[in-house]
Amino acid sequence: MKLIYFAWVREKTGISEEDINLPSEVSTVSQLVEWLINRGDNYQSAFADLKVIKVAVNQDYVSFDTSIKDGDEVAFFPPVTGG
Amino acid sequence: MIRVQQEDFDVGQEIKSLRGNDTGIGGICTFIGTVRELTSDKAISSMTLEHYPGMTEKALGDIEIEANARWSLSGSLIIHRYGKLEPGDQIVLVVTASPHREAAFEACQFLMDWLKTKAPFWKLEENKSGDHGWVDANSSDDVAANRWNEAKNKG
Repeated sequence: MKLIYFAWVREKTGISEEDINLPSEVSTVSQLVEWLINRGDNYQSAFADLKVIKVAVNQDYVSFDTSIKDGDEVAFFPPVTGG
Repeated sequence: MIRVQQEDFDVGQEIKSLRGNDTGIGGICTFIGTVRELTSDKAISSMTLEHYPGMTEKALGDIEIEANARWSLSGSLIIHRYGKLEPGDQIVLVVTASPHREAAFEACQFLMDWLKTKAPFWKLEENKSGDHGWVDANSSDDVAANRWNEAKNKG
């Protein structure tokens, strides 16, 4: 699974993108976030307030209870500020 | 038509190519977003726009399809820039053309409201002392975008 981070989420994780092997117990975005938070302080700091985190699976906005599978592209980012 | 690019754009050229030879057009509405120097009380020296290549094009394309489904447009164009920009630089261009002005005005505003809340861009501001900070999303943008959902539900 490909994970991508943007803006301050990228700065806080210190990672632009990474490939992970999805653990079998992870089947939703929420579970993925929980799993990431346990990987280190950088993830804990990036995901400290989920109210300001948006998520896209395969480049479509989704909610945190969405199912994910290996091979998906999952992106985490702050609310958008273009225009 | 949508374009995501680093380069600046020439509004006159863009309108000209959008119009082509279509004499059925009765009105063209244009919005240009530019980098404002003053944000709250501080002057910025630059603004860097980051985006999500792939999803950006998809999101802008979807927004444009929605506008064309809602209004009878002869043509539409969205250009959004990314990369490092300075105060006064052009950021975004929306052009809508229609046989009648109402559709052009409304669709142009709709496109801007939606891209502000849905297109995956993030602004990083830098001031003259080198401090930088990410721009926070503005709740008034959500309100502006939501009124189109309300308008749709009423309709």
